[in-house]
Amino acid sequence: MKNLKMKKEFKVIADLLPNNTRVLDIGCGDGSLMHLLRIEKNIEVRGLELNQDNVKECIYKGLPVIQGNAETELHQFPDKSFDYVVLSQTLQAFYEPEKVLKNLLRIGKSVIISIPNFGYWKVRTKLLLFGEMPVTKTLPNTWYNTPNLHMCTIKDLFNFCDEKNIIIKKVVGVNENKTSLISKSNLEIKNLFSKVGIFLIS
Amino acid sequence: MPSLAGLFFWMNIKLENIKKLDVTKPLKLDCGKTIKDFPLAYETYGKLNDNKDNAILVFHALTGDQFVTETNPITNKEGWWVTAVGPGRAIDTNKYFVICANVIGGCMGSLGPKDINPVTKKPYGLDFPVITIKDMVKAQESLLEHLGIKKLLCATGGSMGGMQLLQFCATFPDKAFSAVPIACSSSHSAQNIALNELARQAIMADPVWDNGKYVLKNVQPKNGLAVARMVGHISYLSEKGMQEKFGRKLQEKADYEFSFNADFQVESYLRHQGYAFVERFDANSVLYITRAMDYFDLSKQFKGGLVEAFKNQKTKFLIISFSSDWLYTPKDNKDIVIALNASGADVSYSEIITDKGHDSFLLDEPEFLKTLKGFLDSMYEKFKNEKRI
Repeated sequence: MKNLKMKKEFKVIADLLPNNTRVLDIGCGDGSLMHLLRIEKNIEVRGLELNQDNVKECIYKGLPVIQGNAETELHQFPDKSFDYVVLSQTLQAFYEPEKVLKNLLRIGKSVIISIPNFGYWKVRTKLLLFGEMPVTKTLPNTWYNTPNLHMCTIKDLFNFCDEKNIIIKKVVGVNENKTSLISKSNLEIKNLFSKVGIFLIS
Repeated sequence: MPSLAGLFFWMNIKLENIKKLDVTKPLKLDCGKTIKDFPLAYETYGKLNDNKDNAILVFHALTGDQFVTETNPITNKEGWWVTAVGPGRAIDTNKYFVICANVIGGCMGSLGPKDINPVTKKPYGLDFPVITIKDMVKAQESLLEHLGIKKLLCATGGSMGGMQLLQFCATFPDKAFSAVPIACSSSHSAQNIALNELARQAIMADPVWDNGKYVLKNVQPKNGLAVARMVGHISYLSEKGMQEKFGRKLQEKADYEFSFNADFQVESYLRHQGYAFVERFDANSVLYITRAMDYFDLSKQFKGGLVEAFKNQKTKFLIISFSSDWLYTPKDNKDIVIALNASGADVSYSEIITDKGHDSFLLDEPEFLKTLKGFLDSMYEKFKNEKRI
């Protein structure tokens, strides 16, 4: 189930990326996205991953991966050494997401970030009607064991980019198999109906 | 086992029957001297296929030799990397052709300080030129030429073997499709040099050493050499690993003896390792090889930049470190990764979590061996495809 949903998100990310580019995938997991990008778009991929089993899995697949922590080890990548840096659903798990984001924008000419949208209507109603921290398919953890320290909504990240003078090139909302473009004009409604938000920024 | 007095005589007889390449091409050493017509001893395992795309070159560490696996014909003990190399193992000799050469300066058949100096007709001793890691690597390139291998599937090595590998990639950027440097460093740290100096001083403090002239008398400064080996063995284990392995356990006795015999198991272990070593290794070789390691500084060679050393690298790297290795720390290894990243090279990195210290690369460490195997097998598929295109 999770895999299917992940694949949709990866598909959207792949569509955002031009062929034959250099892409760094932060928190690349078992290398599924890297594999997809290499096969379908001839992209030169690199991954950074913390978990040893995932690292091993990437190596088995012949995907270049560096075992390390994105929170503390992004300094190893030189300025603008990648065309794109991808961060899939982990921004909210960092202690200092702003610092990480700054680093991503330093390393990549452009950055793609996806976030689980805390503004999704089901999430909102869980908290509003039941007074409990929301547990959904996109946010499967309970309050006491969640790795997510800095949950935000699509609107929050939108405003954040505006505030920090980060250029938003494209935002895509994902709900199950449906995707839609998000702009300032439809932000309120899309913030309510998207499970995941994918930002292309620079 | 023959008496030590006859050690070199006995070793040299056995060494006559091993594979040796006579390197006729003159080799200009970093120290300025030139050697030519010298022997380079090597061993191979498995078969080179018709496409010549399954060759893996292994670089050995300080006290290693060319006998990577199976039984070492000189010592009659297991090869030093049987855990990783052999049929069905991570470096599968049913599939790959594995090559390993004894480093020059060593004592397993390649030109070293116990050999006869053609000028004086006597063993070199300290007249042997000081060699570097780069010299070792250049000597081994002749072997690839001899075996008709244009490009290796992979080159690998741990510890000093990893240093040789980094040098090999920097000097010959198009000779290896992939490379796995393990538990190594791009330059020797002050602590690394200090430990090597301790080993050298132990040898030199032995009166038998006699300025390296012991070879003329066919004896060996075994006490000094054994202490040198003990220093090494301490640095190969982690504090935690040593505590778990030995603790304060006593060696086959119920209580202290109130003497200076080996009461503790750890003492007994070190003595055993030390004195087993003198049966198979030349003390002067330890001096020369540790010196080569200390002089190793890849960034110095490339005008202060490690990034520069790896410029235009096409080789695909996998760097492996061990969490409890304090001799060549994960940070030392990571610095190599950073430089490779900065140069835009294709690099992977894995830090294996283990208590077994620097020694881990020689042990049956499943996570390490699985990672190595996975990398090699995926590289083989890629290399075959690349060759086909």
